[in-house]
Amino acid sequence: MNTKPIKLATAALLLALRAVAQPDTVSVMREVDIEEVRVARSRIQKEVIPVQLLEGQQLKRLSVHSVADAVRYFSGVQIKDYGGIGGLKTVNVRSLGSHHVGVFYDGIELGNAQNGVVDLGRFSLDNMEAVSMYNGQKSAIFQPAKDYASASALYLQARTPRFDEGKRSRLSVGMTVGSFDTYNPSLLWEQRIGQRVSNSVSAELMRTSGRYKFTYAKKDGYDTTAIRQNGDVLSMRAEAGLFGQMRRGEWRAKFYTYNSERGYPGASVREEPGKFKHQDRQWDNSMFVQATLRQQLGAAISMQVNAKYAYDYLHYVSDPRLDVTTMHVDNTYRQQETYLSVVGLFAPVDWWSASLAADYQYNVLDSDMANFVFPLRHSVLTAAATAFDFNRVKLQASLLHTYTHDIIRRQGAEAADDNSRFTPSVIASWRPFWSTDLNLRAFYKRVFRLPTFNDLYYTFIGNIRLKPEYTTQYNIGATYANTWKSSVLRRIELQLDAYYNQVEDKIIAMPTSNQFRWTMLNLGYVEIRGIDAAVQSGWHFGPVDMDLRLSYTFQRAADNTDPQSQWYGGQIPYIPWHSGSVIAAFNWGNWAMNYSFIYTGERYEAVANIPENYSQPWYTHDLSLSYSNLHLVGVDWRITLEANNILNQQYEVVQCYPMPGINFKLKLSATI
Amino acid sequence: MMYRVLCVMVVLLLLVGCRKPEEIVPEQIIQIEEPMSEEELVATEYLGFYLLNEGNMGSNKSTLDYMDLTTGKYHRNIFAERNPHVARELGDVGNDIGIYGSKLYAVINCSHFVEVMDAMTATHIGVVSIPNCRYLCFHGGYAYITSYAGPVQIDPNARPGYVAKVDTATLQVVDTCVVGYQPDEIVRVGNKLYVANSGGYRGATMENENSEQASQRYDHTVSVIDIATFKEIKRIDVAINLHRLEVDADSAFIYVSSRGDYYDIPSRTIIIDPHVDQCVGEVLSKDGGPLACTNMTRHGDSIYLYSTEWSWYGERNTITYGIINTQEQRLVSRMFITDGSETSIEVPYGLAVHPENGSIYVTDAKNYVTPGKLHKYSPDGKHLWEITTGDIPAHFVFLKKRGK
Repeated sequence: MNTKPIKLATAALLLALRAVAQPDTVSVMREVDIEEVRVARSRIQKEVIPVQLLEGQQLKRLSVHSVADAVRYFSGVQIKDYGGIGGLKTVNVRSLGSHHVGVFYDGIELGNAQNGVVDLGRFSLDNMEAVSMYNGQKSAIFQPAKDYASASALYLQARTPRFDEGKRSRLSVGMTVGSFDTYNPSLLWEQRIGQRVSNSVSAELMRTSGRYKFTYAKKDGYDTTAIRQNGDVLSMRAEAGLFGQMRRGEWRAKFYTYNSERGYPGASVREEPGKFKHQDRQWDNSMFVQATLRQQLGAAISMQVNAKYAYDYLHYVSDPRLDVTTMHVDNTYRQQETYLSVVGLFAPVDWWSASLAADYQYNVLDSDMANFVFPLRHSVLTAAATAFDFNRVKLQASLLHTYTHDIIRRQGAEAADDNSRFTPSVIASWRPFWSTDLNLRAFYKRVFRLPTFNDLYYTFIGNIRLKPEYTTQYNIGATYANTWKSSVLRRIELQLDAYYNQVEDKIIAMPTSNQFRWTMLNLGYVEIRGIDAAVQSGWHFGPVDMDLRLSYTFQRAADNTDPQSQWYGGQIPYIPWHSGSVIAAFNWGNWAMNYSFIYTGERYEAVANIPENYSQPWYTHDLSLSYSNLHLVGVDWRITLEANNILNQQYEVVQCYPMPGINFKLKLSATI
Repeated sequence: MMYRVLCVMVVLLLLVGCRKPEEIVPEQIIQIEEPMSEEELVATEYLGFYLLNEGNMGSNKSTLDYMDLTTGKYHRNIFAERNPHVARELGDVGNDIGIYGSKLYAVINCSHFVEVMDAMTATHIGVVSIPNCRYLCFHGGYAYITSYAGPVQIDPNARPGYVAKVDTATLQVVDTCVVGYQPDEIVRVGNKLYVANSGGYRGATMENENSEQASQRYDHTVSVIDIATFKEIKRIDVAINLHRLEVDADSAFIYVSSRGDYYDIPSRTIIIDPHVDQCVGEVLSKDGGPLACTNMTRHGDSIYLYSTEWSWYGERNTITYGIINTQEQRLVSRMFITDGSETSIEVPYGLAVHPENGSIYVTDAKNYVTPGKLHKYSPDGKHLWEITTGDIPAHFVFLKKRGK
C-alpha cells in the first residue's frame, strides 16, 4: 500500500487547519510558533458555543460556487436562494431571520446599512480557506464588539499565503467552464517578501448567461418547460493582502473589490410563453480596505486594532423601452462605511481573562430616489467580556452596549430616535469525565438588530418609529469526540444541540391602504424550537480514506404574532420541519471523489399552512471527481469534474424562482 | 473498495431519487348558507358571484372563488382544478373581473393578459394579451381594457397608458386609444368611455424634488373617449391620482375617487357631469372636509364606500365606511355595517352589493400574504357569515341566469 498520497492529503489538511485559526487567547499568543497550536484543532470543535466549519480540502471538493452553496451543509441553516449564479442568496440561522446573521470577512464584518443582509452568492469559494458558522457568537473574548452584536455569525476566511519548502512564491491559475455558458478564470499569486512578510493577490472573472431550463408540472395536468431569461452575470473580484508576523504579534491588510453587472430574471409567473422578457439590470461596484493588528504588550495584556473603509455603489435600471410591461426605474445608491475597533485583553492567570472592546462605525447612504432623506448613522459599540477556564468547566459572560445616532440630511424630514441598549450573553461548558471527550454546553444570548436604513427611511415605506428587533436564544447541547489508531473508523465527532429562540418586535412589511403603499412595523413575534445534530467522521478502508459528514435539523418556528389570527402558530414561511445534508469525500491516491446531498423537507410558502402554500421537499445530489498532483512540464495540475443535481430535480427554494436542474462543471488548475 | 462504495451510493440514490408529482390544489366546497327555496330560485335573476383574489405580486397566486347562491355553497379556488391543462394556473395579480355575454373575463395584471373563461363553468377559452392591464368594461360587443403600457416616449417617465378595444367574439385587440398616465378604472356613459388616470408610477419614482412638485407629477385627469371614433376627445381636470369611477342609476353623474399623494394631499370624491364633461361638485365628509374613498359600489341610489387611510399617530389604518345618496349627492351615512362588527375587518378591500336583495359583501385582505375573508351582511348591515377566501380577495362579479 502506498501511503504517500494519504500523508500528502493529511499534510494539506493540517496546513489548511492552521491557517484558518485566529489566535483567540493569550495562551495561543504566548506560543512562539503559533501554528503548532493551531494544528491541534479538530473540525467540529469542542467549542463552548455550537460551531460548524468547512475548510481546506473539504471545502474545495464540494461542487459549489459560492459561500451560500457551502453554508447549506450546516445544520440549523436555511438559505434563501433566488436561483442561478446571479440570484440573491441569504442565510437564515435557526429561523431568526437573515438580518440576524453577522457575516465577517477575514475577521471584520461585512456591512450593509441599507438593507441589512449580505448576498452570499457574491462570495466565491475560489479563494476561501474556511467557512465557519457560530450560533450566538464566537466563544472567544479577544474580539471586536461587533462580534458580539449579532444572533449568529458566519466567518469567511480567505486564504493566507503559504509556501512549499524552499519556495518563495506560488502561482496558481484556474479555469472553470460549466453549464449555462459559465466561464470562470481565476488567478492566485503569493509571494514571500522578506522573513516575516508575505503578500497575495487573487483575482477572478465570472461570466454566465444564467439560461437554464426549468419545468413546472402537475399530476394529470400541465407540463411546461421554459428557459430562464435575463439571469446573466458578469462579475470581477480582485483582492490583495499583506500578511506580517512580528515579535509576539501579527498584522494583515486587505484590499477587496467586486464589480458586477447582472440581469434580474424576476418571478416566474404565468405569462404567455416568450411574449415578454424581464430586462431590468443592476450594476454593483463594491470595494473595501481593512487592516488588523494583534500584539501582545506584556505578560498579561494583548491588544487588537481593526479598521475598515467600505464603499458600495448600486445602480438599478428598469426600462419600459426594453420591456413594455415594466415601470421606469433608474436609481443609484451609494453606501459608505468607516469602522474602527480597539480590543484589549487582560489575562493575568491561566484560568481567568477579561476583555474590553470599543467599536465606532459611521454609515452614510446617498441615492437619487424621489423624496430620499439621505440618512447617516454613528454607532458606538462597547463590549466587556470575561472568561473562566477551570479545565473541566469553562464560563464566559459578555455585556454589549450599543449606541446609535441617526442624522437626516433632507430638510423637514425627521430622523429616528437614538438607541442606547445593553444586551448580555452567558456561555458555559462542562466536561464531566476526564477520560471521555464528552462536553456539555449551554448558552443564553439576547441581542437585537437595528432597523435598516430601508426600514426607517425608504421613500413611501420607511417608518422612523421602528424599534429594534430582539432575539433571545437558549441553547443546551453536547459534543463527543473519539479517535482510533487502527480501526476502520478513525475519528468521530458528534454534536447535538437543542434550542428555544424568540424573536420579538419583528420588523415586517405591512400593507397600508393599497398595494402601492406598504410600511414597516414592529409586529411579529416568533417562537422557535429546534434541534441541530452533526456528525463528522473519518474512515479508512485500505487505500481509501473517507470523510463522512452528516447534519440534521428539526425546527418548529411558530408565528405567534396575533392570537386572534386564523393562522396563529403557523410554521413561518420557508422553514422546513426537517432538513439535513450528507457529505462523503473519498481519497484514493491522487483521486478524490465527493458526494453531497441536501434535503429540505416539506414547508409552506406563507404562514397560512394550507394546500395552496404547500411546498414539496426537495433534495439534490452532487458529485465531483478530481485528479491532482499531475506533474507535467514543471507544473502541478489538478482537474475536477462536477455534476450537480444529477437527478435533475425541478425545485424552488423561493416561490416562483425556479432552480437549475442537472448541470456540469469542469475545472482545470495549474500551480507553479 | 471504490466500487463497493459506488454501488452503495447508487442504491441510495435510487431509494431517494423519485419524488411524487405535484398535485393540483383541489377546489374546496363549503356549505355556508341555506340553499334557495324553489320560489326564490324561480324569482331570482342571479345564480351567484365570482370573487377574484389578487394574490400578492410575484407569487402567481391569483385565484378565483365562486359563491353559488342557489345552493348556498362557497367554492374556493376553482380555476386550477377546472383547468388542469392551463399552465401555471390563473396567474399573477388578478386586478379586475367582468362578465359579458357567456364569457367571464379576469384581468391578470402582472401576467399581462385577460383570461377569458366560460361564465358558467370558469373553464378556459383563451387569453387576450395586454401588457400591464388594469380594469375593464364592456359595450356593444367590445371589451375596453385599460393598460399602463402605452407607447414609450423619449422620456420614459412620461409614458401614457392606453385603452384596448377587444372584440368579444374573436378575442382580438382591434384598436387602441392612448389616454393619461397609468389609467385605472373605466366606465361607459352613453356613447362615451371615461377613464381615471392615476399617474401612480410617476408619483412614486421621479427624481428628487420637493414634495409640492411631487404631487404635480401624478395625473389629475379623466380621459373621455368617443366610442364611435375610439378617440380621446377630452381630458377633465379632476384631482391627482384618480382611481375609481362609479355611475349613478340614471347615468346622470359619475363619481370619481382620488387617492391623494399619501402625504399632504388627502383622498377625495368628486362628481363629474357627463353631459358637459366637467367637474360639478365634490362629496364632503360630515365635518366638511374631503371625503376619502378607496373603493365604492352602487346599489340603487346608494353608493357604498369605504376608505383606508394610514395614520402615523396610531400606526394603523383609519378605516371609514359610508353611503352616498346619489339623488342628494351627499354622504348620508357613516356606516353600512350597523352591528359594530366592522371592527373585525383589518383591511377592507373588496365591496359588492347584491343587485336584487341588497345583501352587502365586504372582503378583508388582512396582511396581504395570508388568505383573506369574505363577510356577508344583511341589507340593514347585520353580520351574517364570514368565510376564508384566497389571498387579497378583491373583485366581484355577479353571474346572471343564461339568457338574462
